Amino acid sequence: MRIPELTLPASMASLLGRLPATPPCWALVTTLNQLKKRDILPADMSLLAGHSFEVHVQDAGLRLGFSADEENFKVASVGDTPDLRLSANLADFARMMLREEDPDTLFFNRKLIIEGDTELGLIVKNLLDSVDWSSTPLQRFMAV
Amino acid sequence: MPATRPLPELVCPAGSLPALKAAVDNGADTVYLGLKNDTNARNFAGLNFDDRTAREGIRYAHQHERKVLLAINTYAQGGDISRWHRAIDEGADLGVDAIILADIGLMEYARRRYPELRLHMSVQSSATNYEAINLAQELFDIRRAVLPRVLTLDQVKQVIDHTRVEIEVFGFGSLCVMVEGRCLLSSYATGESPNSHGVCSPAKFVRWEHGSQALGARLNGILIDEYQQGEPAGYPTLCKGRFEVEGDTYYALEEPTSLNVMAMLPQIIDIGVAAIKVEGRQRSPAYVAQVTRTLREALDAAGREPQRFSVKPGWTQALSKLAEGQQQTLGAYNRPWK
Ligand code: SF4
Repeated sequence: MRIPELTLPASMASLLGRLPATPPCWALVTTLNQLKKRDILPADMSLLAGHSFEVHVQDAGLRLGFSADEENFKVASVGDTPDLRLSANLADFARMMLREEDPDTLFFNRKLIIEGDTELGLIVKNLLDSVDWSSTPLQRFMAV
Repeated sequence: MPATRPLPELVCPAGSLPALKAAVDNGADTVYLGLKNDTNARNFAGLNFDDRTAREGIRYAHQHERKVLLAINTYAQGGDISRWHRAIDEGADLGVDAIILADIGLMEYARRRYPELRLHMSVQSSATNYEAINLAQELFDIRRAVLPRVLTLDQVKQVIDHTRVEIEVFGFGSLCVMVEGRCLLSSYATGESPNSHGVCSPAKFVRWEHGSQALGARLNGILIDEYQQGEPAGYPTLCKGRFEVEGDTYYALEEPTSLNVMAMLPQIIDIGVAAIKVEGRQRSPAYVAQVTRTLREALDAAGREPQRFSVKPGWTQALSKLAEGQQQTLGAYNRPWK
């Protein structure tokens, strides 16, 4: 499965941008916590605890803010300067998650923007890379 | 050209279990990995293997009849070198196929404690001539040496012709030009360097500044580079920055290019290189999969018909997308130096 080169229309961003971000954010946080609980996401929470994060889906106009403590991820309002902000278009986030594209490649190509604490960014990138999808039912969606 | 030479081993990087599996699945003969501490030269937060993932990775590779190398390629520091000794003990216990070492003190320890353990000499040892390599063989029974990315193909051949130690060369990835292990740039800017802390230009010193015009990359306050809108960015390593020298701003030390030896594969096979290494334990499984798959295809093609070998545009395309700076070079291999 390859993700087509696609950018959401601007109208979508302005529409989605006006909806409350809480439901998608809640879904993201719940997914992260579930993956962590099942040991699929091998997160060392001590490296993430006390930090705030924002995933900015540019073409959807979505900003998903969350934070972490020693146990879990939580929905949080992160203000203007989260400790780490990752911004990209939806298709590029999907490519990254499905391992079609290397985050470094997207970064070199200026399609992924990393703002804030660079080391925290590296921790998050390496965490996502270390998820072994082959041990999950999602395996067949993966490019590698 | 006699086609009797065995194909060099394709040695691929693994910074995580999925990357290791990607390397194996896409045709690596050998994978190399490091432990989660400063005993290896890619000591990045969240990267590398703990005991559980190392065991699982080694099991996976061996099940597919591939080899696993453990890189313990930093220099044991200061008062407490027990961490490095423990890493060697752990490697022996895990049952890796070889350990890659840079520090001769550690070579001595490994040889004395584990006479059966196969030892490779790391690129961080900076051995660029056969005398150094042969001495390491005499003293510690080193079986393979990884050459720094500064030798020409003729010089590599010189080394191979004068040693019984297997020779491994770099085939693809980011370049480090300063005769690996002897560079002081990272220490100068941050106090931490590949040999001492296992990392060049550590992330905790890196700041990206998102200006309205350009993206600025700073390493411990030092401006390394500025990228205009749409201009490809690179790692903020000091040697690849653009600096102002006598009124000119340019890549004063090295351009941010990636090494790619694909065009030279027939010659590399012909001079008897034992293994070709891919750089990038810090990169993602997607990178490892794409590079491994491409080089596997190219290497097999060069082995089958060395005379008629030519680089397929598809290979170049696949690799250039992944390359730092999106430019590729044959590096020192094809320099005219003698
Ligand atoms: S600054 Fe450049 S040459 Fe020096 S160790 Fe780092 S990558 Fe190598």
